[in-house]
Amino acid sequence: MSDHTADGLRELVAAFLRRHDPGGDRTGFLRARFDAGLAWVHHPPGRGGLGAPAHLQTVVDAAFAEAGAPDNQPRRNSIGLGMAAPTLVRHATDAQCRRWLRPLWTGEEVWCQLFSEPEAGSDLASLRTRAVRDGDDWVVDGQKVWTSLAHRARWAILLARTDPAAPKHHGLTYFVCDMSAPGVRVRPLRQVTGEAEFNEVFLTGVRIPDAHRIGEVGHGWQIARTTLMNERVAIGGRPLPREGGMVGVLARLWRERPDLRTGGLHEEVLRAWVRAEAARLAALRLRQLVAAGQPGPEGSAVKLSFAELSQRISGLEVELRGAEALRHDDWTMRRPAEPDLLGRTATYRYLRARGNSIEGGTSEILRNIIAERVLGLPAEPRVDR
Amino acid sequence: MTDLLYDADEEALRDSVRALLAAHAPWQRVLTAVDDGDPRDETLWRRLVDQIGVTSLAVPVEHGGVGAGFREVAVVLEELGRSVAPVPFLGAVVATRALLACGETTLLCQVAAAEREVALAVGLATAPDADPPPVTVGPGPTLSGRVTAVADAAPRGLLLVPAGDGLYAVDAVEPAVRYEPVVSLDVTRPLVDIEFTAAPARPVAVGAAAEAAVTEALTAGAALLASEQVGVAQWCLDTTVEYVRQRHQFGRPVGSFQAVKHRLADLWVELTEARAVARYAADRLDAGDEAALAAALAQAYCGPVAVRAAETCVQLHGGLGFTWEHPAHLYLKRAKSTAIAFGTADRHRAALARLVDLPAPPVAQGAAVR
Ligand SMILES: Cc1cc2nc3c(=O)[nH]c(=O)nc-3n(C[C@H](O)[C@H](O)[C@H](O)COP(=O)(O)OP(=O)(O)OC[C@H]3O[C@@H](n4cnc5c(N)ncnc54)[C@H](O)[C@@H]3O)c2cc1C
Repeated sequence: MSDHTADGLRELVAAFLRRHDPGGDRTGFLRARFDAGLAWVHHPPGRGGLGAPAHLQTVVDAAFAEAGAPDNQPRRNSIGLGMAAPTLVRHATDAQCRRWLRPLWTGEEVWCQLFSEPEAGSDLASLRTRAVRDGDDWVVDGQKVWTSLAHRARWAILLARTDPAAPKHHGLTYFVCDMSAPGVRVRPLRQVTGEAEFNEVFLTGVRIPDAHRIGEVGHGWQIARTTLMNERVAIGGRPLPREGGMVGVLARLWRERPDLRTGGLHEEVLRAWVRAEAARLAALRLRQLVAAGQPGPEGSAVKLSFAELSQRISGLEVELRGAEALRHDDWTMRRPAEPDLLGRTATYRYLRARGNSIEGGTSEILRNIIAERVLGLPAEPRVDR
Repeated sequence: MTDLLYDADEEALRDSVRALLAAHAPWQRVLTAVDDGDPRDETLWRRLVDQIGVTSLAVPVEHGGVGAGFREVAVVLEELGRSVAPVPFLGAVVATRALLACGETTLLCQVAAAEREVALAVGLATAPDADPPPVTVGPGPTLSGRVTAVADAAPRGLLLVPAGDGLYAVDAVEPAVRYEPVVSLDVTRPLVDIEFTAAPARPVAVGAAAEAAVTEALTAGAALLASEQVGVAQWCLDTTVEYVRQRHQFGRPVGSFQAVKHRLADLWVELTEARAVARYAADRLDAGDEAALAAALAQAYCGPVAVRAAETCVQLHGGLGFTWEHPAHLYLKRAKSTAIAFGTADRHRAALARLVDLPAPPVAQGAAVR
């Protein structure tokens, strides 16, 4: 364990701020912050960190925010920060980390996730996109779907089949794909909300240098599990103050609009508030539990509750608004970098929340994971192994 | 920062309590005592008091206690819940909190030294914001009245009785104080109705101080009961998981059916949250900050989780779970009655509505509100 303390880190930030003007060049400032190990303090030195306990990150972030320093706009690169980075840190080589981590963290390069395919969603390991070795390159052909941010991304984490003869979990390899490479075609895919956060991605003869392979050939599934576990913590696991999430929107509405109140909805608002606070404390406890390590399958609980709550609360808000909620703000097809949950109408929140129990592993799949990996219940008999 | 984990001392305490309970309070023994009509296990209680020092945990060092605080008390309660052990610890803790609030140092010393058993004479269902039971004062320093469904009142112990505008200490000696045993839903937590007939009493607090002492004691009860509920729920989940893994039907373990797995996965998620909420409640009690809010949250959330856990346990054990000789019913009865103890979830949601400013709609008068 390192000997870093909250006070020590505050001192490091103060010293950093004496050398770097937070009001100066934004990118230069963020790059320097990464180089100083103050990006992800729990990462090893050289990879944006100091090897400090993970929970001290909030101390560092708060100290920078207090000084009015620019942040890396984490919500614009959620897949890079939440999924690609923890996977790279764990499985990539030094050279790969040097190339990718800093621009990922500063937001100069956005990332996306080329995992799901039309025929492989929950059963991800059945994916068919092929990667065939050709000299120092791999040549990739296939189709991916529901790829969030593909239209903004410079890089993608990609799971492809390298050995069709091997059992399905063993024939996969993990790559980093250059989204600007020839043969990558991105088409918007419109969703329930009318906008298109996600895309269809067609890969035709895309050449990926072998130097962009992560881990061993055939080890893609184990590495993808790191990505997926981090995804579940990234979705819904952010540290929040009380009423920091969707429940805050509902609570404020309840306070500001006595004219909307009814006895029955009061009961439901209180129940939702209680569950949201319980889920918030459980997420806090989980973060304390895994302060230094990798998230385990327990992270699935956080994602499961988050999805359930965001759906229940946004549904409740629509009902509470009653006639007002018959109006939606806008169905225009847009390409947002992130869902604008707080800036739009309750109807938007309600519709977007439906995706929460599908993206990052459906709620049914998460229950299977908890039952099998946490509780140790037997797997269902399956015909595909 | 709020620490929601268990520290090394707390884990060590858990280990010793669990070992003691495993050796001396297996469920078969608890069930036999229930069948014999007197579940209260004096020998077990003496062991907990003498070997673990449970009654001295929450008493400050200067009054002869260990000064460990309520976080450790909560760990003991979790283990007691896990074994539905019939010992009067919860009541002792509630009374200790009242004595702390009144600054009753002599009595605290006696409690810490286990020379005296003290209980707060209010019904187990009393919420922190409820009105005190109708006990009247006089003539002179005597009390008269009836308090129903009181838990953990020791024969010949000392009772703290809210009456008039004060809190009084009363020795539970007949005939002025009479205990009438109740047939309790929770067969492992005996209850009594108490009749006071001009019982000699000594005031330990009056006015606002008395009211505050009772409220704080009941708040502690609500907050700490959550840990007992977590212990109950954990036993139910563990036992059920173990059972469905080995019970076969249709040629496979019943635990491989998704209807069963998903029900247990949801229960595990709720239990994970309940544990965080219970830790939070105990921690806030020690910190003396947001204790009322954390206690209301604890009873709004943890009680229903324990009930669901126990109901699931019965259901997934099938016919076996419905039998008297399987212990599931002990947990079901404990869980369901704890969901009423110190106020129902509904009552605590109403308290939260006040505490976090989510007010109820005005009551409609004549015309419809909306
Ligand atoms: C908003 C959004 C963003 C997304 N972003 C990305 C992204 O960036 N990159 C990416 O790779 N993917 C992304 N996805 C795809 C997502 O991961 C998949 O949609 C998801 O894994 C489910 O796969 P599927 O759609 O094929 O549904 P299916 O797997 O076909 O499932 C259909 C239904 O069957 C249920 N089901 C399936 N298997 C089981 C089982 N064993 N037991 C019980 N029920 C089962 C499911 O829960 C679901 O209800 C995104 C999805 C959404 C909604």
